[in-house]
Order: sequence, then structure tokens, then C-alpha cells
Amino acid sequence: MTRADPLARPSVRPSSRTAAPRRPRRASRLGLAARILAAVVVAAVVLFPLYWMLVVALSSRSDLLGGDLRLVPRTLTLENFDRVLGSFPVWTWFGNSTAIAITTAVLTVGVNMLAGYAFAHLRFRGSTALFLVALATLTLPVQVIMVALFRLVTDLGLYGSYWAVILPTAASAFGLFLARQFLLGIPKELIEAARMDGAGHLRVFRSVVLPLSKPLLAVLFFMSLLASWNDFAWPLIALKENRLFTLPIGLLYLQSENGPDYGTTMAFALLDVVPMVVLFLVFQRYFVQGFARSGIR
Amino acid sequence: MTAVTAPRRRRSRGGRETAVAYGLIAPNLLLLGLFVLLPLAWAVSISFQRTDGFGGGVFTGLDNYARLLADPVFWRSTGNTLLFTLITTPLSMGLGLGAALLLNSVLPARAVFRSILILPMAVSGVATALIGLLVFDENSGVLNELLRFVGLPAVQWQSGGAAAFLSIVLVTLWWRTGFNMLIYLAGLQGLSPELQEAAMLDGTSWWQRLRLVTVPLLGPSSFFLLVINVIYSFQVFDLVFVMTGGGPQDATSVLVTYAYQNGFVVRDQGYAAAIGMVLLVFALVFTAVRWRTSRTKDLTG
Repeated sequence: MTRADPLARPSVRPSSRTAAPRRPRRASRLGLAARILAAVVVAAVVLFPLYWMLVVALSSRSDLLGGDLRLVPRTLTLENFDRVLGSFPVWTWFGNSTAIAITTAVLTVGVNMLAGYAFAHLRFRGSTALFLVALATLTLPVQVIMVALFRLVTDLGLYGSYWAVILPTAASAFGLFLARQFLLGIPKELIEAARMDGAGHLRVFRSVVLPLSKPLLAVLFFMSLLASWNDFAWPLIALKENRLFTLPIGLLYLQSENGPDYGTTMAFALLDVVPMVVLFLVFQRYFVQGFARSGIR
Repeated sequence: MTAVTAPRRRRSRGGRETAVAYGLIAPNLLLLGLFVLLPLAWAVSISFQRTDGFGGGVFTGLDNYARLLADPVFWRSTGNTLLFTLITTPLSMGLGLGAALLLNSVLPARAVFRSILILPMAVSGVATALIGLLVFDENSGVLNELLRFVGLPAVQWQSGGAAAFLSIVLVTLWWRTGFNMLIYLAGLQGLSPELQEAAMLDGTSWWQRLRLVTVPLLGPSSFFLLVINVIYSFQVFDLVFVMTGGGPQDATSVLVTYAYQNGFVVRDQGYAAAIGMVLLVFALVFTAVRWRTSRTKDLTG
């Protein structure tokens, strides 16, 4: 079970206790300065490409073509956004991404909570074998099955709809793995006690397991939302019609149409990147738990 | 009487539990069976066929596999996949460890630095690749401007094979180091301070403590990251596809992009499925390694 995000808690390291009084003051100050410098440099390297994307997206075409870009731009303009919104169905694609990501996330949460509970707390024949099979599919790149999956999706009549992306994506076993890991943390005694009181498994699931699993629900939801929003390889195959594109596919399409016009490409890329970056920062502790636990052990 | 009913009741309860359990896992099994296992079996079958576009095929035995063996681009892609894995795995782990040590030390605004370092994880692969192109563009990219500014020659990040490969490696490091940092940070915070303190009292240097105490104790984190990084590296698709498309002259082609190229551009689906089978073998090997090392912990957990 999860309590507060363990990584967010500042840990008291031995150095914090030993550094100050025992060592010469100057050395520890120098060490601190060096560490701050290193952290700032690393942060700058990570942030610069994102900052540069923002600068290019907000720069006028003449500045971009004239090679007159500066680290801190003198004039900012929204003309790249106007151009990209005027010539591509960006809001349709934004809507597609949103609809597909939310549906996939809801489906993933529902399906994996149920299965995760069964694998964590019920004894049944074949559970080990089934779980291992599900686990084995985790390392399978979609390129192994894409040829057949494409035919299957076509045969099922899903091609040309959102479901061609949603259903195969929701089939990923990563959520199952995460759910089982978390649910194993609910004490067996708690479930046994409820069972003794005569509650059926569905009842136990609803009134004991679910209320204790809010952090898990959030982790599962955000992780699959992020994965689905950013997914590329399978949507590239499954979405051939312009009106169904998600943002990453639209982004690629725009780039192939526009060539190296970085101003509009970056303006569009921002629309793809900003929603997830904001969610990521706001709900960071759920993402951190998800990343730290997904596939662990 | 009681001796007869007791076991039967237990059995029937076990049977009911199994029924309930299968009801609970049914949606999951259905999705997994229909959209992963069935296509997997189908892909195996397609890999033995000569196909015509997306239509039906004719079974031709091992023909596709024989072609693979004689295909220089296939070997190039396999070599590139391995090379990419060999380069990015230790580098992203090393950088991740360095960043984690830094963020685990006394440092102001640690939470802010941590947030910044993991930010690239929220960025989609396509956007990451396009930002990579923006920075690495050999004509207008900001990196070449910088190189020229300090008096170095500009690098042909797109038309030079090795440079194109390097640009993908560098963008990958930007994208992935945060994840490695996160896992190492969790590992570091799980270590007991006593050992470090004991080592410190013995008069060891910082470097000795790192090498002889910290890194060995981080073994589980390192192993987990090794597996995850290898799995990730041999599936690298988005960055290669968008940044170089496998070019120039297949210098950055990897197995996943070559499979896509054959399956959906050339539309030689039987051949693409055969490349997929090579990927499957890799995936199964990684899965086996993962099981062998974690089975007991995971199943009894």
C-alpha cells in the first residue's frame, strides 16, 4: 500500500550531521557550492531543449528564417499557433487524443483492478501460470505482432474507429502487474475478516479493497493516461484517416507536410506536450510511484 | 458424518472461489487473449508465408528466414540494435546514479531539481524526437551554431551515419536518465545510514565508500534498471522513426523500424513477421532472465 511518496520526503543523510561541525567549514562550503553548480548545470541541460522549443514556437517566421534567434528573444508572437490552427484540424486531433487516452485509462483501471484483486488475494487453479503468461507479454514490442494485429483489427471491423487503438492498448499487462503489486499490500487478515462476516468477494472488493486503493487507482489512471496520450508505434498503424489522428500522429503528419518549418512544428508540439507536463507536475507523486513500481521485481 | 462433509464443503468453497476468480480476471484475459496472444500465434503463421500486400499468403516454409540470413540490412539493424543497447544502458544508468547521488546529498531545492530531471518522462516520443531534430538539425540547429561559435566544426547530424546514431543516443539519454535517477534515488533512500557512518569512521574516502559500500548495496536497483533499460533499448522506435527514419543508408536502422518498414511501407508482411520473430526471441530471453531472478520474491510476495 502506498502512503506518502517516499521519494518526496527529504531523507536525513549522515553527511548532513557530520559535515558541518567536524570538517573544516570552508571545505564543506566548497563542496556544497560544487554540488549546487552541478545540479544547476544538469537542470539547465534538461530544461534547455524545452525552453528552446518554447522560444521557437513563439518566434516569427522572419526571425526563424533569418537566423536571428536569440537565447532571450526580443519579440514574441503567436503567429505560429495561428498558422498551425488555421491549416490543420488540431482541435479534432486534440479531442481524439483526449477521448482515446481517457477511455483507455478508465478501461485499464477497471479491468486491472478486478484481475489484480483476483491474482493477489484469491486462490484458484492456474493462477500462477496465467499470471506468468500475462507477465511475459510485458516485454513484447508491438512490432512482433503488428502485422497480425492489423489484420485482426480489420477483420473485427474496428479499423477506422478509436477502438482499433483503445482495445489493444488496454490489453497491456503492465497495469495488471502494478495492481497486483499494490493489492498484495492489503493485509490478508482484513479480507479474511470481512469474509468471516459473510461478505462475498465482490462485496469485499467494493467495500474493503476499493476504499483502500485510492492511491492505486490514481497511479493506474495517470500512468495509462500518459502512456496512451504519448503512444506512437501502434496508432501509427491503426489510424490511417486524418480525422482519427491522435496528436503524435498529427505531429508527424504536420512535419511531413511542412518540412523543416520548426516554428509551426514546435507550436503544435507544445499542444501535445503541455497537458501531460502539467498533469505530471501536479500529480507527480502518483507518476513517481507508478514509474518506480512498474515492472519492479 | 462430519468427516465426510468437511472436505466436501472445503472443495466446493474452493470451486466457488475459482469461479469468482475467473469471473474477475475474464475481462483481462479476454483482452490479452484477443489482442496479444491470438495475434502472436497468427504472426508466427504469417512468418512462414509469402504474402501479397495485406491479402492472403502462401506457405513457403522457412523462405522468409532464409532471406533474413542473407539480408545485409537485417544484420545491420541487428547490429545497430545491439550497439544502441550496449551504449545507452550503461550511460543512462551511470548518469542516473550520478544524478541520484547528487540529489540525495545536502542540496537546497532538491524537490525542484528532482522534478526538473524527471520532466522529460512526460514528453511523448514524437515530441522528444522533434525537439531533438530542432537542437541537432545540421543546417539550422542550435547545437551546430554553438559549435561554430566556440570555433569547432559543425557536425553532420543527419547526413553522417555515426553522427546520426550519436544524436539518437544523446536524445535517448535526455529522455531516459530521469527514470534511472528516480529508481536509484529510491534505492539510496532505502539504504541504512549506519553502514555509511561506519565506513566514514574507518576513514574511507568518498570514492571508496561509493565503490565499496553504496554501489554494491544498490545491486537490486541496478539489476532492475539493467533489465528495464535493455528492454527499452531494443524497442527504440519513436526516436529513430522520427529523427532519422533509419537513415542515412540504414546507419540508424534498428530491428523494430526495419520490421515496420517491411510490414507497412514495403508491405512484405511475411518478411516483417519473420523479423518480428527475431524480436520475440529477444523478448523471451529477457523475460526468462527476469523470471529466474525474481520468481520466488514475486510469487510468494
